[in-house]
Amino acid sequence: MDLNDLLEIAEKENASAKPIRLRCCTAAGCLSQQGDAVKNALQQAVADADMSDRVEIVGVGCMGLCSAGPLVKIDPDGALFEQVQPEQCASIIASLNGGGPAEASVGSDDIPFFSKQHPIVLENSGRINPERIESYIAAGGYQALFHSLREMAPTDVVEEISKSGLRGRGGAGFPTGLKWATVAKMKAERKYIVCNADEGDPGAFMDRSVLESDPHRVLEGMAIAAYAVGATQGFVYVRGEYPLAISRLKTAIQQARRMGLLGTQIFESPFDFRVDLRIGAGAFVCGEETALLRSIEGQRGTPRPRPPFPAQSGLWGYPTLINNVETFANIAPIVSKGSEWFSAIGTEKSKGTKVFALAGKITNTGLIEVPMGTPLRTIVEEMGGGVPNGQVKAVQTGGPSGGCIPAAHLDTPVDYESLAKLGSIMGSGGMIVMDQSDNMVGVAKFFMEFCMDESCGKCVPCRAGTAQIHKILTKVTDGRATSADLENLRSLCEMVKSASLCGLGQSAPNPVLSTLRYYPDEYQACIDGGAAAEASA
Amino acid sequence: MDRVRLATIWLGGCSGCHMSFLDLDEFLIDLADIVDVVYGPVVDPKEYPDNVDICLIEGAVCSDEHIHHVKNIRAKTKVVVAFGDCAVTGNVPAMRNPLGKIAPILQEIYCERPETHGQMPGEKGLMPVLLDTVVPVHQVIKVDAFLPGCPPPASRIKEFVQLALSGAELKLQGSGLKPG
Amino acid sequence: MAVKTLTIDGKAISAREEQTILQAARENGITIPTLCQLNGTSNIGACRLCLVEVAGVPKLLPACVTLVGEGMQVSTDSEKIHEYRKMIVELLFAERNHVCAACVENGHCELQDLAISVGMDHSRYDYMNPKCAVDITHKRYGIDHNRCVLCGRCVRVCDEIEGAHTWDFQGRGANTRTISDMFVPWGQAVSCTSCGKCVQACPTGAIFRRGSTVAEMQKDRTRLDFIVTAREKKQWIA
Repeated sequence: MDLNDLLEIAEKENASAKPIRLRCCTAAGCLSQQGDAVKNALQQAVADADMSDRVEIVGVGCMGLCSAGPLVKIDPDGALFEQVQPEQCASIIASLNGGGPAEASVGSDDIPFFSKQHPIVLENSGRINPERIESYIAAGGYQALFHSLREMAPTDVVEEISKSGLRGRGGAGFPTGLKWATVAKMKAERKYIVCNADEGDPGAFMDRSVLESDPHRVLEGMAIAAYAVGATQGFVYVRGEYPLAISRLKTAIQQARRMGLLGTQIFESPFDFRVDLRIGAGAFVCGEETALLRSIEGQRGTPRPRPPFPAQSGLWGYPTLINNVETFANIAPIVSKGSEWFSAIGTEKSKGTKVFALAGKITNTGLIEVPMGTPLRTIVEEMGGGVPNGQVKAVQTGGPSGGCIPAAHLDTPVDYESLAKLGSIMGSGGMIVMDQSDNMVGVAKFFMEFCMDESCGKCVPCRAGTAQIHKILTKVTDGRATSADLENLRSLCEMVKSASLCGLGQSAPNPVLSTLRYYPDEYQACIDGGAAAEASA
Repeated sequence: MDRVRLATIWLGGCSGCHMSFLDLDEFLIDLADIVDVVYGPVVDPKEYPDNVDICLIEGAVCSDEHIHHVKNIRAKTKVVVAFGDCAVTGNVPAMRNPLGKIAPILQEIYCERPETHGQMPGEKGLMPVLLDTVVPVHQVIKVDAFLPGCPPPASRIKEFVQLALSGAELKLQGSGLKPG
Repeated sequence: MAVKTLTIDGKAISAREEQTILQAARENGITIPTLCQLNGTSNIGACRLCLVEVAGVPKLLPACVTLVGEGMQVSTDSEKIHEYRKMIVELLFAERNHVCAACVENGHCELQDLAISVGMDHSRYDYMNPKCAVDITHKRYGIDHNRCVLCGRCVRVCDEIEGAHTWDFQGRGANTRTISDMFVPWGQAVSCTSCGKCVQACPTGAIFRRGSTVAEMQKDRTRLDFIVTAREKKQWIA
């Protein structure tokens, strides 16, 4: 396999395309709304209308606008059908043949939800068939790996990633190039690459969507990383709750191996790289890198103190590069188009784009990818279409590790530093919109319950502290708390934040602290209400 | 100097803390010179008086009656002290808490065990109603000082009382804090 | 052997480069409270009682796993650290059902000693009152989960010194429980050699010798030290 073979596959794939192509979303969101029945019905309708020679039905990944699913998009004329039902399929096919307008609700991709996006990570998502490697290759796939292996030294690759300014998309925002350089510098008889696909924040589904829609993109990014740092074995640690992502990854790994794009002597170079899957068993804490590594080793998934960092001592004590799905998905385009292209997008300190999962009280639920620095208001009000019949009260970012940003700060640009300044975090990209009917103490309690249940139980502040914070919050919402309880709540949050062993505990108090900061009145109202009830009793 | 008005009360506990208090021996005689015991199991008054300077509460809060007592004490007392482990932590009386709510526990003890008479004791309203969860005193009212121990040894009680009489901060140090 | 010089609480000390802050402090008579740490077993940084401040580092660092560094300025004594330690101990007392008055270890217990050393006179937190089992299926020993602080010393001593790995954890968060073998009663755990090292390692009355009554259990850590010294230094001294 070399570049010519790749181009030949791409050419063949493009040549076999039929004049009219109907793309059906087959990612989890649309599948949960009978997406596969729609796809089958369309296929049947094409056969019934005897149009198989010029119309093809292709299952693709996520198109983003999950709230309008199942989605069907027609190429090349561009019509987008929303909430398609199987019984509407015959009329859609008939409309292609001049049979009058289709009896299905027609959407537009000229709305801000689509037009304001800047797809890099999601550029193939909803376009290619995630179950065919040829489809990925036709979209230019694996060319970046070829360029890296055959035209760049490993240090050049690291240099290019460093210059791009890419930062880890798992939440903490650590400079990716620096991490790669650290692993690359380590002298060790073996090194590992790990892809963290243990996405677990409530309301976040960016990584799932990338894996379901474009799994080869992630594998290619891992392979380039492996070449850059000198690793020969990779693991994708994906949560067990993502069966479709797992099955597509399995398919992708097999296909890549069969074509010689994974395995030994890739692109006829001396570079070997093998990728295996490891399936998580449902512990949120396994998204924490040291817990994840222990889980891959077959041990109980609990974090350990750092240093040593995984880059120094990771899997079985060997240097290990661990990045998140979205980070790996950014690698191939950076290598192909260059670091300058990438670093021109975004803000001074946060380069590139970020994928967000919009959820909660918002008109357009789904996935978007926007340049870093896009104001929160653009995302929520323009692209998301705002709150149906209401007003935005707050936006929760970063899931259980993040905080609530009140509507007054909607003009904040979304980047790592600005969100941190507001007491929240970028996180992995979950964005939950709340309206006036949402009680912020209740929101804080929800996330605290999540952290309490998901604490691994190893360190005392997180194990006992989150349970105690939850208990105090329950007292507050039940109207049994006093101002002394509020004081205990505050001091306990500070302690758990500073004293916990890993990121889970260190960030668990954030939802409470941020709601205490922006909505103290709601806490006080619970206390006053309780005191009044007692006085009258 | 005005005589100090001291009260003590025995809630959910074994009275061991009061016994330990009596172990103060001849120091009790010194105390009698400056302290009036205005309420408690060792004196006669039936009503908790007003303007109490200091009250030692022995025992955990186990019933609605106990809640009534401690709230009344709080309203009429300058310095409220949790006296002994039951008052400080719940201790032995609280060992029933993990067993769950009180009704099924009473039902099993008084009605279902073969050696019982198959009926709950007392008429309705006659007995205080037991709480589902036994709690230490400071979870019901504000407590000003803690005197741990099961029971607090007489020497520790003496140290504490001397602190109280001297007007110093009512905080024990070192091994004076040992529970159990 | 490289030597690092540093200060702990203002006191200038020197330490070998492979030493942790905790080891260096102890060698110099500076006490840092610990609970999960046990000489002879690996350090896991779980109890967070040994957190210290290091000048220039924004985070608190666990002294048991942080290596000394040249010019490091360590503080073990700030108001914040004292308050956090106290909160951690209070959380531990509120988390399970610790009834000192009815415990075999009363008077010899590390948790009790910690309460005294951090100046805890009561726990400001509500008691959790969890339902915890007592397992006395083993012929000689028992485990009372009401008194367990999940320090993992039994797990490590069994795995790292005895080599049996009878103990481990199951569950998460507050529901974490120390279990023997694949969650069978201790008496049925075939891997257990009945060596009793876990009994000696346990800081509280959670693991005890059967037949001990209140305050009777006194643990002897010197046997563990003896084995570890013998193994590591080939010196058979107690």
